[in-house]
Amino acid sequence: MADQAPSTVPEADRIIKLAVLAVGGQGGGVLTDWITAVAEVNGYRAQSTSVAGVAQRTGATIYYVELCRDNGRQPVFALSPAQGDVDILIASELMEAGRAIIRGFVTPNRTTLIASSHRIAAISEKIEPGDGRAPSDQVMAAAKGSAKRFISFDMEQMALDAGSMISASLLGALAGSGALPFPRETYEEIIRGSGRGATASLKAFAAAHDRAKDVEAAPDAFPPQPIPSTPNVKGPQQLLSQWQSLNARVNAYPELVRDMALRGLCKVTDYQDVAYGTEYLDRLDQAVKLDSPGYALSLSAAKHLANAMCYDDMIRVSDLKTRSKRDTRVRSEVGVKDGTVLRLTEYFHPRIEEFCGTLPTGLGRYIESRPKVSAWLDRRINRGRRIRTDSMSGFAMLWFIGGLRRWRRSLLRHQVETAHLQHWYKLALDHVSQDYALAVEILNCRRLIKGYSDTHVRAFSKFDRVLSGLDLVKGRPDAADWIRRLREAALKDEEGTMLDGALKTIASLN
Amino acid sequence: MAERSFAKEVEKLRLGAGEEFSGEGILAITKALLQCGVGYVGGYQGAPISHLMDVLADAQDILGELGVHYEASASEATATAMLAASVHYPIRGAATFKSTVGTNVASDALANLASGGVTGGALIIVGEDYGEGSSIMQERSHAFAMKSQVWLLDPRPNLPSIVKSVEDSFELSEASNTPVMLLVRIRCCHVHGQFIAKDNKRPAMTVAEALDSPRRDTKRIVLPPASFLHEKEKIEKRWPAAVDFIRSRKINEFFGPEIAEVGIVLQGGMYNGVIRALQRIGLADLYGETQVPLYVLNAVYPLVEDEFLGFCQGKDAVLVVEEGQPNYIEQAMASMLHKADYTTRIIGKEVMPMAGEYTGQVMFDGVSTFLRERAPRLLPAQIRAPNTTDMSQDVSDLTALVPGRPPGFCTGCPERPIFAATKLIEQELGHHHIASDIGCHLFSIMPPFELGATTMGYGLGPASASAFNSPDAKRRSISFVGDGGFWHNGLTSSIGNAVFNRNDGVIVIVDNFYSAATGGQDILSSRATNRSKSTKHPITEAVKGMGVKWVRHIERTYDVNKMRDTLREALTTPETGPKVIVASSECMLNRQRREKPLIDKAIKGGERMVKPKFGVDEDICTGDHACMRLSGCPSLSVKTLDDPLRDDPVAHIDQSCVGCGNCGEVADAAVLCPSFYRADVVHNPGTWDRFADNIRRKLIGMMQNWRERRRLEFVDA
Repeated sequence: MADQAPSTVPEADRIIKLAVLAVGGQGGGVLTDWITAVAEVNGYRAQSTSVAGVAQRTGATIYYVELCRDNGRQPVFALSPAQGDVDILIASELMEAGRAIIRGFVTPNRTTLIASSHRIAAISEKIEPGDGRAPSDQVMAAAKGSAKRFISFDMEQMALDAGSMISASLLGALAGSGALPFPRETYEEIIRGSGRGATASLKAFAAAHDRAKDVEAAPDAFPPQPIPSTPNVKGPQQLLSQWQSLNARVNAYPELVRDMALRGLCKVTDYQDVAYGTEYLDRLDQAVKLDSPGYALSLSAAKHLANAMCYDDMIRVSDLKTRSKRDTRVRSEVGVKDGTVLRLTEYFHPRIEEFCGTLPTGLGRYIESRPKVSAWLDRRINRGRRIRTDSMSGFAMLWFIGGLRRWRRSLLRHQVETAHLQHWYKLALDHVSQDYALAVEILNCRRLIKGYSDTHVRAFSKFDRVLSGLDLVKGRPDAADWIRRLREAALKDEEGTMLDGALKTIASLN
Repeated sequence: MAERSFAKEVEKLRLGAGEEFSGEGILAITKALLQCGVGYVGGYQGAPISHLMDVLADAQDILGELGVHYEASASEATATAMLAASVHYPIRGAATFKSTVGTNVASDALANLASGGVTGGALIIVGEDYGEGSSIMQERSHAFAMKSQVWLLDPRPNLPSIVKSVEDSFELSEASNTPVMLLVRIRCCHVHGQFIAKDNKRPAMTVAEALDSPRRDTKRIVLPPASFLHEKEKIEKRWPAAVDFIRSRKINEFFGPEIAEVGIVLQGGMYNGVIRALQRIGLADLYGETQVPLYVLNAVYPLVEDEFLGFCQGKDAVLVVEEGQPNYIEQAMASMLHKADYTTRIIGKEVMPMAGEYTGQVMFDGVSTFLRERAPRLLPAQIRAPNTTDMSQDVSDLTALVPGRPPGFCTGCPERPIFAATKLIEQELGHHHIASDIGCHLFSIMPPFELGATTMGYGLGPASASAFNSPDAKRRSISFVGDGGFWHNGLTSSIGNAVFNRNDGVIVIVDNFYSAATGGQDILSSRATNRSKSTKHPITEAVKGMGVKWVRHIERTYDVNKMRDTLREALTTPETGPKVIVASSECMLNRQRREKPLIDKAIKGGERMVKPKFGVDEDICTGDHACMRLSGCPSLSVKTLDDPLRDDPVAHIDQSCVGCGNCGEVADAAVLCPSFYRADVVHNPGTWDRFADNIRRKLIGMMQNWRERRRLEFVDA
């Protein structure tokens, strides 16, 4: 045997190497079993491996299959994928496709990359107070550049629409891609034989199969930007005519500002009433008046004024939870079918702060300034309350609190919020003449204020801390940039550790 | 293992001679045990050998027919001690566990067993959890074989080879009166393949027969002077017998040409990887016909010196492919060559990494480098002097971008609220020293909880906090241990130790009714009725029996308020001694396996059933994600709203929600926000349900209408 050369392998007899990168719980094992079975009915030998175990729980997992035409002799298959040596890579989520590329399993000379374009946010992406999600477009671009063929669409949604799991649509995409030399019917035969849920799986398979066949002819574009919608407004005639005049004011704004202003106007009017809408536009007018083409200031003002004016108080929460459109939305989200009954429990945990905020200003301040009274009341109020909004008593209570809306302007919370808003808005507008960009950034800092109770308190503290940097950077040419950086740092973690670090950096600048 | 059926796998164990078995590697080993006439099997579950235990647990009928005793051992030490049945009696026995963690636990029994030696074949199947997907410290089992002088087989990772290895192991054990370890790696256990089955065999002697005619031999007991004789016997008798057996039975294999300037020595488990590297280099074909001679060590300990020297004869250099460290085989072989005055060079860790798994790329790089340096003549031009060595692309941007995805708690996991409560109590009372243990609950060290400072071994959580017991301290330590670890070792090593040493710390026992991390096997405190095991032994009783005075039992971990209040009490009570909190709720993965089919069936059958699910009111959620920092549930994620007014994504609960209640409880306990709601859908409602719902919805509809007619309503176009 000494000088025997390895038998030359005809193309059809080489080993096809296929790796599946999945997130634990997505059914990667089922998919692997299907692929193995399809290969075997087509007269191939197949070997699959995985590293199941605890490491799999909700974590990134790899399944690996090698297949080869059966010539009556057992080939030697490897047990794990190797860099630069994978023919087909199936990623069940977009970032997993990114991970596959990083690990070198996707190469331009040979790999067909089949990736679902949907995202499953990792923990690290979810726990940031801001938007911690990794940008999908960069992974998409990398995938296009790294793979020989790239087939990508939302296979998760496709599976859900069919009432099935993503494993079925991934198999469909694999079949549709033609990367394996097996006819469609053999895939379907295997799915049919897998028993439970086969009908739904076949539906998801078919949809993905057809889509994968087309996808290269017309590559998946990014979803089109939604066209701004003009809301339908219903209501009593008198209110409608008032609304029309507000609408006219919005239409007089520069075109760039109109959409945002209209959305803001809808939000505040919905929150309180038409008069509140007028207030909103009065405030916005100030920014528009100072603004110049580009309208960054007006856009920021339109957005953040609306958010600031619609602060989250008990009245708003109660109002939103007792609306008919909320009922409709919950029913569709939960999937309540005819013949079933929905019971709905809301989780409230009011504290003395929320209680006082809902009292007339004088009374609220009176209680707040007396610690003993506050503490006594807090002991009675401060506990979790589960309110059944499908029951009459629970619904009526929230409905009643929602009805306090008409007195909102005289309540303590409104005074506090309005004072804060005015201070912030004035601060921003005062800066316009010296540093326009800085003024815009001050407006944008409103994004920091969110959450309820402790989270809300922390948010306020971050807001104050960011603006405390104002004196340090004012006058610098890059002042706006610094405030933006501070704000972004503040959104990185809960306590504001990054923010404190950034503030120290600024302090050292001078 | 009440919640999953292995009936399909059990059927494969019945296959007779000539029939083709098709399935996973670990199941093939299970079948091989029965084919070898094993008399008893024990073990402790853990990836990658859980499946062996699970399937045997469900195979009571077959085991009964054959007269095979099966035990789910309390620990790996128990399993190995069980092999004592093969000391005096000619009964074949097998124990299995995950390694090296299990081998660590087993080593006391292993050393004693190895000293006295065995009469019946004693086999230990170790699932080597090394490399990708491993959940334990990275060490080798090889050292255990060497120190106790038990033989170690490492077969090629395909079903016929590992089945043959089981047969060889028993015979080797009997021929050399020594226990044998059979090492299988994770992927080998999960590899899907085929082999031709043989008939199952009844054991030559059953444990019942042994019990009826007891035997003893003082010479086999570990006590001086016998123990000194044992050591001599190992060297003088057992070792040579083993070497003879391995040589004469051709356990190790040779592939490729007999004459060549270089060769490769490899552990059996590395065979497929080496062949793949040679295939890619162009020196082996599809079926493993290689141009480079291979010496495949299916027995990695002991080594057969003359066999090895014969392989080196006439070769300039030999590559040793030995995964992990220390490189015992390479060292031993270098010593053999040196003493035999050979000039053959041993190449090993110079071209292969000392630490880490031999993945495809590592193997390709190592073998290519070896051949390029030592036998360039063999190589095709492109490997000898590659034009484009680097097919890899610049992925540095992507590396910074793609988030890590470590394992975490499953959707609806009952352990999540325990750690949410711990995080809340730390916000209140400050940070504490927290000792973790082995089990799913160790995921607490990951975001979003980031709780726990050390993990020292199964059942050793509280033990690992035992130094932190000082009258001068103002804070107590908190330690966690799961129910699995508790029964494995924790009751004595952790709880007993804490009682005896008057430890003042807080111990939380996470009781989820199963040994959940290893696949949901039953343990003493499981709530399910088990056909062959005694369950339903409360942990609280065991703890009290151990002498703990301060014990609190939480029967629903999802009650975050209660969990937090109990922790506060434990951390602040003036009472001294260990404070034990037993937090009990069923593992959701297993609960779903059990309940979901029943519920679906009941709904189809027209029974009244309530199905819970949680949701988020997206206009109330402000997108601060405080809830996610106390949850990390896969079903609770972020969602972008189609609203330019909102910068940050809001919380969203997807279809996979099982309605465990954690979201609502946490929102309440941490005073988060009122955006969560719980929707209970009543399927097949009764007459009263429907009547009341009808009335309520009408009245509520009227109230909604009344208000909505008086205000402006915005309806999305």
